[in-house]
Amino acid sequence: MIHKKGVRLFVTFHTTADAMAFERACRTAGVDGRLAPVPRSITSDCGIAWETEPPLRDALADVIKRERLNTAGICEREV
Amino acid sequence: MIYLDNAATSLRRPQEVIDAVVRAMTSEGNAARGAHGAALSASRTVYSARVKLAGLLGCPRADHVIFTSNATEALNIALFGTLSAGDHVISTDLEHNSVLRPLYALNEERGVELSFVPADDRGCIDYKDIERLIKSNTRAIVCTHASNLTGNRLDMPRIGAIAKKNGLLFIADASQSAGCTEISMQEWGIDILCFTGHKGLMGPQGTGGMCIREGVDIRPWKRGGSGVSSYDVRQPDAYPTRLEAGTLNVHGIAGLSAAADYIQSIGTDAIEARESALMRRFYQGVAEIDGVTVYGDFEQKKRAPIVALNIRDYDSGAVADELFHYYGIATRSGAHCAPRMHRALGTEKQGAVRFSFGWFNTTEETDLAIEAVRRIAE
Repeated sequence: MIHKKGVRLFVTFHTTADAMAFERACRTAGVDGRLAPVPRSITSDCGIAWETEPPLRDALADVIKRERLNTAGICEREV
Repeated sequence: MIYLDNAATSLRRPQEVIDAVVRAMTSEGNAARGAHGAALSASRTVYSARVKLAGLLGCPRADHVIFTSNATEALNIALFGTLSAGDHVISTDLEHNSVLRPLYALNEERGVELSFVPADDRGCIDYKDIERLIKSNTRAIVCTHASNLTGNRLDMPRIGAIAKKNGLLFIADASQSAGCTEISMQEWGIDILCFTGHKGLMGPQGTGGMCIREGVDIRPWKRGGSGVSSYDVRQPDAYPTRLEAGTLNVHGIAGLSAAADYIQSIGTDAIEARESALMRRFYQGVAEIDGVTVYGDFEQKKRAPIVALNIRDYDSGAVADELFHYYGIATRSGAHCAPRMHRALGTEKQGAVRFSFGWFNTTEETDLAIEAVRRIAE
């Protein structure tokens, strides 16, 4: 059985280096989340995504803007 | 053994480097290949190394630090990835075969035109020659930061300014300087900086890379698995993935990352001061010995910690052999993969004996090396 987690927010990337930079920035900013495999329902270049709670979307957007992070997209999925 | 062949590789390395390699070999998965703990740990190790190398070499973007197996591979990628048929490139007599052979191949295979700035018998160039050699189809200047034979440095900011003024790509080989001195590719106007990890940076062999200025387009020379865009038939376009097909040397990069920490903790200024002091002590000790000829420009304030010499008309290989077997001193004799430099110095037949100093050498070792040269010259 696969554990259901409900609706989650995913940030996707073009490269693994972008994902690593994103993780560093979120850790520094204290924004919760973790690196996880990209759900197959999301089209993404990089197989690693940042997975977190949907209410953190604005906080993530702030980090992305402030740190000029490269991302491929942000979307919600039920997983 | 007294190891004075640091220009070839740094035999003695910080324990932290060895520990980091062992730790990586026993715990890390494949970087950019999955999201389980071991794979992410490897990806973090590699990214952390990019950040540190970018800081050490003055590269504004960590994701524009590319890892390769050595400087030679980086230089091949840089040269074959930017030069095309009809282009003209300017290089110098100071270059190592890691620059020369790719250039000669580009000349043969693609018709890339080559010009070389000549060096005099002290291994020095006239910077005005660079501007004199520029033509309408000149695309790039490629040169070493420091000669691996004489230790003479080239003025990178000055060459960078010439390149910028004339709209040329500036590709630099930092094999003999990365880790030994402060480098700032951005301030110096370098577009592509190629480095090796196992010399001045004191990392493991099999590591190296290149720092690329934002906006510089390098065609990939290898294509394959990248962990991203798997259904795309082409190699991904974004750096660093574009130039890093295949599994990276995560174990070696972990060691290089630890080496970068070690260098950062000491500071490149302190490293340069110590290595230069040993080099100058040795130079002053051997220069006055009857029968010894030293090559290079020692009036340069900043130079690589290298002293190349010959004793009388002795075969340089025989001198190196004598040094090792009777005095336990490891040096490098012969041609040093620097054919144009030897021709400029007039040492093509005799070769030269190269003494190159590193962070772990001591004044006692230096003095013993001076004494050994004195005895051989008697």
